[in-house]
Amino acid sequence: MQMFAKKRVEILIERALLKRLTDELVSAGVSGFSVVPLAAGRGQAGQWDSDGQIGDAAGMFALWCIVDPGRLDGLLEAVFAIVSRQVGLVSVSDVEVVRPERF
Amino acid sequence: MMMLNTINFNKGQPKAIRPPFIEMSLGGPVLALAVQNLVSPPVLFFGMGLGASLGRSDLSVPEAIARFLSLYLLISIGFRGGAEVAHQGLTLTLVATIAAGIALSGGLPFLAYAFLRNVAGLDHINAAAVAGHYGSISAVTFVAMTGALTQLALPFDGYMIAVAAAMETPAIFSALFIARTGRDRAEGEMPKDFLREIALNGSIVALLGAFAVGCITGERGMTSLKPFLLDAFAGFLCIFLLDMGLIAGRGLRDGWKSLSVPVAAFAWVMPLVGAALAAALAWLIGLRAGSTAVLMTLGASASYIAVPAAMRLALPAANPAIALTLSLGLTFPFNLTVGIPLYIAAAQMIAE
Repeated sequence: MQMFAKKRVEILIERALLKRLTDELVSAGVSGFSVVPLAAGRGQAGQWDSDGQIGDAAGMFALWCIVDPGRLDGLLEAVFAIVSRQVGLVSVSDVEVVRPERF
Repeated sequence: MMMLNTINFNKGQPKAIRPPFIEMSLGGPVLALAVQNLVSPPVLFFGMGLGASLGRSDLSVPEAIARFLSLYLLISIGFRGGAEVAHQGLTLTLVATIAAGIALSGGLPFLAYAFLRNVAGLDHINAAAVAGHYGSISAVTFVAMTGALTQLALPFDGYMIAVAAAMETPAIFSALFIARTGRDRAEGEMPKDFLREIALNGSIVALLGAFAVGCITGERGMTSLKPFLLDAFAGFLCIFLLDMGLIAGRGLRDGWKSLSVPVAAFAWVMPLVGAALAAALAWLIGLRAGSTAVLMTLGASASYIAVPAAMRLALPAANPAIALTLSLGLTFPFNLTVGIPLYIAAAQMIAE
């Protein structure tokens, strides 16, 4: 089957910032994304756990979206404007998809 | 045994029956109430969570349940306040007290910032963020105070819940103002949606929404919801405080490294400053003893739900562990154990 090269962007972000990020992705023309809550982890600030957390200051989410390589730079600039000074990670990897017109 | 057992927890009882020790001099009642307060189930459950967490137990409350409990508590206290206002009606004192609350919430961060910068030596941006937490309020400390007052049959006004809601946000804007104008000017972000994000913050909407529902439905609504919102309240509060203890312990375990002794001392000095200013305002307005004690508690308590989220949006450079360890790990237990009996005793002297 023929496959088409795309970029997969993964963003780990704080709960408080999630809505700003998804709003920005929509206005940057990203056709779709998925969000999952993260249960626990470890980072520069040490160990964290979502158990028992009540406020919007705690908790992390992972967001994935797949985009055409030509749109990657613009997307990353928009994302960086939001996440550059926050807790989190942005990573980009190469993926192949079956239906390129969707991205 | 801290909780509210009747619907009209503050309905005109000017000469309510008080336990005899309340009439005694300051030392006796404060101590008796402090001991009574310490051995109440909610405080013990908090201590249990704190101990479990410090001992690295794997005891935990699932996130979804913790968020439900917080929603339940906000709706319960909001609804009860609303039902009480429906019963009493609006008064000039109410307006004056709300104004005093807003002044406290907006003003306390400036005092807190001055202390943190000049005495505790905290850096500009973290001092601004912590200051915001200390202007705002802790709804659970408010609940604990109203429970203690009910136990002593000391009446307070139902509209104090509206005062609590009004005090949630002004401190956030004071913290932003401080962050943007200080000597070491740091950029505080105020994007276009920030006002809406703050004003429609989930906890404020839950509190004020339930307050409105309580106002509209009044005593009839209260009768129908009593088994859920009032009778079950003490049990839910205990589980919630167990969770708070677990989080506070986790924060203390990881966060103590980022605290110096003067910064930690701030967490016990600032509540007294806030309570003293609140007491002065309550005296000027002429509030009764119960309401004075509640206003003092609001002035003394520090936020750990609404403000941390706002600070992540507005001052991302601030370290959230510092503010949360101070407000939840040190100030909250201080108010719960030492503060509440102290504020009640002081309020009784002031309001007499």
